Amino acid sequence: MVGQVSLAKQVRKVLVGDHAVAEAVKLAKVNVISAYPITPQTLIVERISEMIERGELKADYVRVESEFAALATVYGAAAGGARAFTATSSHGLFYMYEMLWWAAASRVPLVMAVVTRVIGPPWNIHDEHTDLLAIRDSGWIIGMAQNVQEAFDMTLTAFKISEDERVLLPVAVGLDGFILSHTAEPLDIPAQEDVDAWLPPRNPKIPYTIEPGGEAITMGNLPRNDVYHAILKKYMDESMEAAKKVIADVYNEYGKLTGRNYGPLTECYRCSDAKYIAISMGAWSGDILNAVERLRNEGYPIGLLRIRYIRPFPEEDITGWINGAKGVIIFDRDYSAGMGGVLASEISGFIPSNTSFEGVLAGIGGFDVSADEFTAIMREFVDRVEREGLVRIRKYWYIPKIER
Amino acid sequence: MAGVTEFIFLGRGGQGGVTAARILVSAALKDGKWGQAIPEFGAERRGAVVKSYARIADKPVPLHSNVRRADVLVVLTSSVLDLVNVNELMKSNDSIIIVNSASPIKTGYRTYYVDATAISEKLGLVIAGWHIVSTPLLGAVARVTNIVSLEAIINSLPEFVGRENLVKLNAEAVKMGYELVRGE
Repeated sequence: MVGQVSLAKQVRKVLVGDHAVAEAVKLAKVNVISAYPITPQTLIVERISEMIERGELKADYVRVESEFAALATVYGAAAGGARAFTATSSHGLFYMYEMLWWAAASRVPLVMAVVTRVIGPPWNIHDEHTDLLAIRDSGWIIGMAQNVQEAFDMTLTAFKISEDERVLLPVAVGLDGFILSHTAEPLDIPAQEDVDAWLPPRNPKIPYTIEPGGEAITMGNLPRNDVYHAILKKYMDESMEAAKKVIADVYNEYGKLTGRNYGPLTECYRCSDAKYIAISMGAWSGDILNAVERLRNEGYPIGLLRIRYIRPFPEEDITGWINGAKGVIIFDRDYSAGMGGVLASEISGFIPSNTSFEGVLAGIGGFDVSADEFTAIMREFVDRVEREGLVRIRKYWYIPKIER
Repeated sequence: MAGVTEFIFLGRGGQGGVTAARILVSAALKDGKWGQAIPEFGAERRGAVVKSYARIADKPVPLHSNVRRADVLVVLTSSVLDLVNVNELMKSNDSIIIVNSASPIKTGYRTYYVDATAISEKLGLVIAGWHIVSTPLLGAVARVTNIVSLEAIINSLPEFVGRENLVKLNAEAVKMGYELVRGE
């Protein structure tokens, strides 16, 4: 049969999230890795350096003096045609901030893992999504994994998405600090030959041909007219739109290869007959899913819409699923000062004014939220809507009692 | 979550509670089960009272929150029992405790003990002054809970222990823990 892809041979292993990402980088045969190997770095680049040392991955590992330089290095390598990767977290990501924009608007394919962690003060190394969400305007495609398997899958697929000629934007793969980065779970890893057949080496001449003796080009120089800048941003916007289809296509293919298809930008559990929709992103979605199952057993008609990619923004998925819902409850593990939860703020514009809505700010600073607590928060919201009618709460600060 | 056995490993930072949880999950995988091992992470905790968590189930576990209350509490050094409220860590009256101790300990729960420190001492499993107590305790876990098999724990050791002679000694430690664990 034409186009038939046979299921890859896979090995099941137990790995922490960070090591799973490193496995994906190895299978993608990345050419250049650059990192600043000190806190707040991750186990990802540590494991990659061991793979290179052992000869399992033939790549150049460039150790630099800062995260700014790490991203600048892989940006340069990617512009020159290499498949390149870096990883960072929290303050390290913020030290890259300027370079994030340069890499994205230079249209180079690039993959970066971001282990999401709190930004100080006070000093705190735990899990929060504010760092990753603070880069959402920069032009990166941004995904967020739910479990170790998805962290692996999202990293491997990121190369395919980023290098697609319809996209040519860098991809950030988010995974929750500690509760995913350091949590060991079983995952299935496809064989190298199957990955090779699905993900060929990068074409080094797209988008730029930079070679000794070749035609001279300039990148990012002062344009003669500022309108070029607007045109570039419009092109990036069109590529973000195109990326929605590319992401869907890539996961379709990947699903045929591995048997795992998460759907495109979002995944919706128990949504088809749901009157209430919970929305979340990242590792705690599993706990929320567990709470949804419990509420279903109690007779509450609720489902969970999980955001897999926040850029491009999954507008069509969200409006499709919440259309006709009686209530929407959004969980943010992040906070935009002076505004509220980032997901709640972005999504609320798409929630009809006659639909009830609550934005919950929880887990800020990394405090643990259990499935019991999610169950109680969602039950309370649904009960209140049923009792009082329309409820619109943009910010509900969920703050547990401090035990001494 | 129904059908999930939840573990808390309670010990001091550096005692190997995180590794113990990971070995347990690797062993569960070999027995055809699923699970996850979650460290409770803070900065520079060597010597402090620390917890790590594991969940073992017949199907994939979606949770990532901490284990608040355990079905099985594994205590790597009995002195930490004086520093915590055990009742707050136990899920029900049927929950059990497996403790590293030379003699029985009264906890109010079904409690099993094994002298993991003596086993590691006997086998020379003392690294930088720290006794390896996690492997004897995992042997005890296999015996008492039946959730993972002795063979699966032993077969998981090479993934976590570097040198071949240390794999052998730890395998012996697992077996001794399995044999020597006693009830109340």
